[in-house]
Amino acid sequence: MNRQIVRVGAVVFVLFGALFINLNIITLLQAEELANHPANRRVIIREYSIERGPIVVGEQAIARSERTEEGQFRYLRTYPEPELYAHLTGYYSIVLQRSGLERALNEDLTGRTTEVVAQNLGELLGGADRPGNAVELTVDPAVQEAARDALAGREGAVVAIDPSTGGVLASYANPTFDPNPLSSHDTAEINAAWAPLRDDPDRPLVDRATGELYPPGSAFKIVVAAAALEAGSDPARTFPNEVSYDVPQTTLDISNAGGARCGDGDEASLQTAFRRSCNTVFARLGVELGDAALADQAEAFGFNRTPPLELPVATGRIPTEQDIPAVAQSAIGQRDVQATVLQMAMLPATVVAGGQVLRPHLVDTVRDPDGRILRGADIGRWDVLPGNGRAISPRTAQQLRSLMVDAVTGPGATGSAAAIEGVEVGGKTGTAQTSPGAPPVAWFVGFAGDEVAVAVAVPDADGGGGAVAAPIAREVFRAALG
Amino acid sequence: MTPTAAVTGDGPRAIEARLLFGAVLVISLAGVLLGWSASTELPPAALVTGLAMSVIAAVAHVTLRTTAPHADPLLLPIAFLLNGLGLVFVQRVDMATGSELAGAQAVWTAVSVGAFCALLLFIREVRVLGRLQYTFGLLTIVLLLSPLIPGLTAGVINGAQLWIELFGMRFQPGEIAKLTMVVFLAAYLERNRALLSVATQRIGPLLLPAPRHLAPLLLATGLALVIMAGLRDLGSALLFFGAFLALLYVATGRLAYPLLGMVAFAIGSTIAYQLFGHVRVRVAIWLDPWTDVSGISYQLAQSLFALATGGLTGTGLGFGRPQDVPFSATDAIFVVIGEELGLLGATAILLLFLAMAVRGLRIAQTARDEFATLLATGLTVLMAFQTFVIIGGLTRLVPLTGITLPFISYGGSSLLSNYLLIALLLRISDESRGAAVGRPAAGTAGKADT
Repeated sequence: MNRQIVRVGAVVFVLFGALFINLNIITLLQAEELANHPANRRVIIREYSIERGPIVVGEQAIARSERTEEGQFRYLRTYPEPELYAHLTGYYSIVLQRSGLERALNEDLTGRTTEVVAQNLGELLGGADRPGNAVELTVDPAVQEAARDALAGREGAVVAIDPSTGGVLASYANPTFDPNPLSSHDTAEINAAWAPLRDDPDRPLVDRATGELYPPGSAFKIVVAAAALEAGSDPARTFPNEVSYDVPQTTLDISNAGGARCGDGDEASLQTAFRRSCNTVFARLGVELGDAALADQAEAFGFNRTPPLELPVATGRIPTEQDIPAVAQSAIGQRDVQATVLQMAMLPATVVAGGQVLRPHLVDTVRDPDGRILRGADIGRWDVLPGNGRAISPRTAQQLRSLMVDAVTGPGATGSAAAIEGVEVGGKTGTAQTSPGAPPVAWFVGFAGDEVAVAVAVPDADGGGGAVAAPIAREVFRAALG
Repeated sequence: MTPTAAVTGDGPRAIEARLLFGAVLVISLAGVLLGWSASTELPPAALVTGLAMSVIAAVAHVTLRTTAPHADPLLLPIAFLLNGLGLVFVQRVDMATGSELAGAQAVWTAVSVGAFCALLLFIREVRVLGRLQYTFGLLTIVLLLSPLIPGLTAGVINGAQLWIELFGMRFQPGEIAKLTMVVFLAAYLERNRALLSVATQRIGPLLLPAPRHLAPLLLATGLALVIMAGLRDLGSALLFFGAFLALLYVATGRLAYPLLGMVAFAIGSTIAYQLFGHVRVRVAIWLDPWTDVSGISYQLAQSLFALATGGLTGTGLGFGRPQDVPFSATDAIFVVIGEELGLLGATAILLLFLAMAVRGLRIAQTARDEFATLLATGLTVLMAFQTFVIIGGLTRLVPLTGITLPFISYGGSSLLSNYLLIALLLRISDESRGAAVGRPAAGTAGKADT
C-alpha cells in the first residue's frame, strides 16, 4: 500500500501548492485591484482614520478634516465656504467616492505616496496616525468672491489667470452646490442631498468654468486676428466695409450684429473691425486665411488638446478641415468652434505673456504636516502644443494687446463696460448664438495690465457680451488689482 | 522499512518537549502582541493564556510519555501550536466584534486535550477499534441523525440543522461522525481488501470487483453522504467523500475507484445543482463574486479584500478588520490570519498543516498492520482535505462551503474531533515504533506492500 500512500501524499502536495499559489496571486498580484474595488470599504475606513490634509486658499482652509467621536469614521470632511469653492474642492464621500481636487489630489491629501507594503510596515511602527499634506492653491479668495458677487446668481462662469505664471486666481461657476452633506458620514443624508442635485435640470454639479463647452462667438476673433497678424497682416490693413459678406459657395450670407455696416467709410481697418466686432470683415478674413491656418493658430493656443489643469477639463475644439462656408462661420466663433471658459481665459493670458502659453494650474504648494514644502507650483510653458507653447510671436502679442485695449477704450468699442480708469484694460466681447431664437452666450475675454487675464461667460444672457459680461470682468479685474 | 526516529540519543518525547516549549512561547508571544495592539499595558489575560497553555501542554506531554512513549514527536506540537494560535485569533475576533468566544474555546481546549489523553489511556491497541467496525458504522449514522432528534436538537443554525444541545452545551456530532466513519471504512476495507482488489466485472475500460463485495460499502457511504447533503452540510459531505475515495484507492491499489468516484461526484454534483437552490448559489458566487458583492457573495468578497489588505507582511496582529468578514471566528478565521500576518503568516499556517499531513502519511506507511495503515491514511486525508476545502473556499479556488479550519477555528466539536484524530495517529505511531524498538528487524511485520 506504500505506493498508493505516496501518491495520496503527492495529491496533498498538489492541493496545498495550489492554495499557496492562489494566496500569492490574491495578496500580491491582485492586491491593488482588490484594494480599489468599489465595494472594499477597508481602504476608505483607513483613509477616514487619518487626518486628511486641508485645501487652503489664501490663509483659509476651504476643505478640512474635523475629529468626530461618533461612528466608525474618525474624521469628517467639512467645507467652510461650500458654494464658493464647490467646483474646485469637489466632495469627499463614503458613498459617492471623491470629485474635484479631493479626487485629483487624493495622494497628497492622504499623504500616501509610499507603496502598500511600506504602508503596512509603517503602520506597525506607529506611523498610521500621520496626517495628510496641506495643499495651497493659487486661487485668490478676493478674486473668487468678486466673481461670485459679479455673477450675482446668474448662470455662468468666470476664470481668472495670473498671466505671469498660469496660476488660476479664480474659477467660479454658477449654479453651484454644497459639498458638506455629500461628505457626511450618514449614508441617508448623502443620498437625500445627492438625488436632487443629480436630477436638477439646472445641472449644479457641472462645473461651467472647466467642464462645459460653449461657442465662443466673437471672442474667437482674438484667434483669427492672431492668425492674420502672424500671416503678415497689419492692424491698419483695410477691408471692404459691407452690410453683409457674401460667403462663397452658399446663399447664407454673414452680416454684422446690428445689421449695419462697420462704422463709417467704405473701408474698415482690421483694428476698427476688431474694436467694433465686425462679422463681415472677420468672416472674409477667415475665408482668406483658410481652414488649415485658422485651426493651426487655434491649436497653438491650446484648442483640440486638454489643458493640464489638476481638474478634469473639457477640450476646446475646432475642425482641422472645413469647407469655405464653415470657415466663415468658424471665423466668428460659431458652428463647430467650441471652448471652455478656462480655454478662453488662456487667450488673453497668452497675449499678456508675450505669446507664450503657460500651463494653467491650481496647486501653489504642497506642504507636509510640519510645514515643509514638498512640491511647488507647476509653472512653465505648455510645450506639447504645436509651436512648443509659443502661440504667437512677441510682436504679434504686442499688436494683439493694442487691439484688445482699443476694443475696450477706443471710440465705439464693444467692451467699454470693462474699462477701469487709470488701468490698461484690454479685451474682446462675444455674443454667441447657440440655437436659432435661443438667448446667446455673453462673453468677455480680456486682461488688466500684466496682473490678470479673465474670461467671463454667461449663457442664456439677456444681452450681449458688452452689456452682460464686460461689467462682470471689470469687477473681477478690480479685485485682482487689489 | 525502518522507522525514522533515532533510537539512540534524544528520544521522540524529548524532541516533543522542546517543540512544545517553543509552541507555548510562540503562542504566549502572539497573545502579548495582541494585547499590546490594544493598549500599552500588558494585559493579564495574555499571561493567563500562556500559563494555561503551558499546563495543558505539560499534561498532554506527560500522558504521551506514559501511554505512547515512542509516538511521533511532531504531531502534538504542531496541533498544539495551531490550537494556540487559533485561540489568540479567536481572542482577536472577540476584540473586534465584541463577542465572547475565547473563554469557551479555552475550556474546549482543555476538554479536548482531556479527551486526547483519555483516548490514549484507554485505547492501548488500535486494533480493538477494527473489531467493532459495524458498531462504528451504526454509530456514524446515529451521530449524523442525532441533530434531528426532538429534545436533543439545537434547531436550525445558519441554514443547517447540525447541532445538538446537551447540558446547555452546543455540540456538532457530525464532527465525531467523520472519525467513526473512517474507522468503519478502514476496518471494512482491511477485511475485504483482497476481494475488492480482484476485478471480475468490466464497465467500459474499467475493471471492477463483484458488486456484492462493494455493496455494503457503497450503501453505508451513500447513506452518510445523503444524510450530510440532506442536513445541508455540503462541506462535510465533500471531504468525507474525498477521504472515502482515497481509502478505497490505497486499500485496493486500483485507480478505477477514484476515477469512478469522480464520475459519480460529477453526476452527483450536477443533480445537486439542479435540485438544491443553495448549491446553485454557492456555484454562482464562486464563478462570479463581484455582481452581488453586498449580498450573496459578501463573505467571499470580504475574505478576498481582507487577504489583499494583508499583502505580504500583514497589517500586524490586532490591526486588521475581522469585524468586516462574516464568521471570522469560525469558517473564515484563516483570512483574519492572512490579513494580520500577511502572506508570510498564512504560508506558515499552510506549512504546519502540510507538515502534519506528511507526518500522518508517514505513520500510515510505517503502521504495524493494514487496518492501522488504512486508518492513519483516512484520518490524515480527512484533516488535510478539510484544510484544503475551507482555505480553498475562502480564496475562491473552490466553491466556499462552511466548514472549520482544523484546530484553529472556534468550535468545540471540531477541536475535540481533531484532537481525537491526532490521538489515534499517535497511538498508531507508537505501536509501530514501539515494535521497531523491541524488534528492529520486524517493524513492518504483517504489512504487505502492494
